Amino acid sequence: MAEHIVSSYDTDLENLRRSIAEMGGVAEKMMTDATEALVRRDTTLAQAVIVADKRLDTLQREIEERSVLLIARRQPLAIDLRETISGIRVSGDLERIGDLAKNIAKRVVAISDQAQPQKIVLGVQHMSDLVQEQLKDVLDAYASRDVTAAHEVWERDSAIDALYNSLFRELLTYMMEDPRNISFCTHLLFCAKNVERIGDHTTNVAETIEYLVTGETPAGERPKNDASNYATVTPGA
Amino acid sequence: MSASPAIRSQFEGRSPADVKAPVRIAVKDLNFYYGSFHGLKDINLDFRDRQVTALIGPSGCGKSTLLRTFNRIYSLYPEQRAEGEILLDGQNVLDSKVDLNELRSRVGMVFQKPTPFPMSIYDNVAFGLRLYEKLPKSELDGRVEESLRKAALWDEVKDKMKQPGTGLSGGQQQRLCIARTVAQRPEVILFDEPTSALDPISTGRIEELIEQLRADFTIVIVTHNMQQAARISQFTAFMYLGELIEFDATTKIFMNPAKRQTQDYITGRFG
Repeated sequence: MAEHIVSSYDTDLENLRRSIAEMGGVAEKMMTDATEALVRRDTTLAQAVIVADKRLDTLQREIEERSVLLIARRQPLAIDLRETISGIRVSGDLERIGDLAKNIAKRVVAISDQAQPQKIVLGVQHMSDLVQEQLKDVLDAYASRDVTAAHEVWERDSAIDALYNSLFRELLTYMMEDPRNISFCTHLLFCAKNVERIGDHTTNVAETIEYLVTGETPAGERPKNDASNYATVTPGA
Repeated sequence: MSASPAIRSQFEGRSPADVKAPVRIAVKDLNFYYGSFHGLKDINLDFRDRQVTALIGPSGCGKSTLLRTFNRIYSLYPEQRAEGEILLDGQNVLDSKVDLNELRSRVGMVFQKPTPFPMSIYDNVAFGLRLYEKLPKSELDGRVEESLRKAALWDEVKDKMKQPGTGLSGGQQQRLCIARTVAQRPEVILFDEPTSALDPISTGRIEELIEQLRADFTIVIVTHNMQQAARISQFTAFMYLGELIEFDATTKIFMNPAKRQTQDYITGRFG
């Protein structure tokens, strides 16, 4: 892309890109750490995740202010306008991802004193690994303006929904086996739901990348495979 | 995140071919020469009835030249000539048999700097009417008022119609010129950077006015202000070095232009 005649315009856009890259880095780390804290029952790490969310919120406010100023001062058009709008959207998604990771961290603190077999946590860990991969890929795609890579992320979301669905049923079964599991498993269920939602936000970012590069919003319904809305398990069945 | 169909149709540019409005001016294979300088190169472009079409491009790209061919203002200068066809309602205005006075009453023009005649406000508006139409006084009064109302100037000048037009503010003078043009009941109004000499308030008034005039006239506007083109036009043509680079719905041009050159120009990367 050629440079603007007004070079400070390029600086403005570059600063916007840098802030989003930083947000992406913070959100990624929060998610990795929250999962790690859950697996290891590490409350110190969980507290660090909770603290890190403040940085993410600050960055998002900065990006919003930058974008508003950019629109007011430069009146961006075409690719510049789409980049500004995309910046607002992506920062919103990353801020939500941070909130969801923070929520996982809070639950780690809540369940820290409950002794439970590790295998129950492994399902959530596996799902989180997949979503972390998605998040990493979509952030790379955003930085490199790679529509193909973004679309691949978008398509993989249904696999995560399917995984969440089976995890949901598994956790219900544990609860029915022994009521003493209910408290722990409910927290774990919310953790899994948070991870699934983080997956949804990565697909939002993937859609924004397509809009940013092509000017078009992806047509058609996004692939959805979450059947947990309808899932029930009957005791003794 | 995909918008509802209603919202999509509101924001997405319709392609020029989708618009039902009939073609008012059809430019076909137009070439223009200033002596030996080739100012316009093979321009083909349709202007739709009661739509605002904006011509954008860097200085010297030929947008004003194109505008000046529609009413053959250029023919005041012997070394300038146009080849090709400009069909106004099917009639070629470049035809040597065309009556220029009649053409210019059908295709009105408003310039960058306000050009009121050194006479009263009333006489400025009545000037063309007295030349071409012999109207009784009461009817002439009516046409002057109607024109001033259409130019959104009536309320400001109705009590001082005998005062000189040159005594008005810049923005009012420009609206007076628009009233003078409108009085002829033209089919097409050409605006050559009508607000570049005006303050933001006056600019806003003129833009509002152009929006209203679209109900009655086909409008072509040359502007250097991208946001102005984006605000007031339905179609935009981007020109460069005498060529038409891209022509499309305004929303398409400013959100997602097809040509790299267009994008570089409207985003300020040209040069």
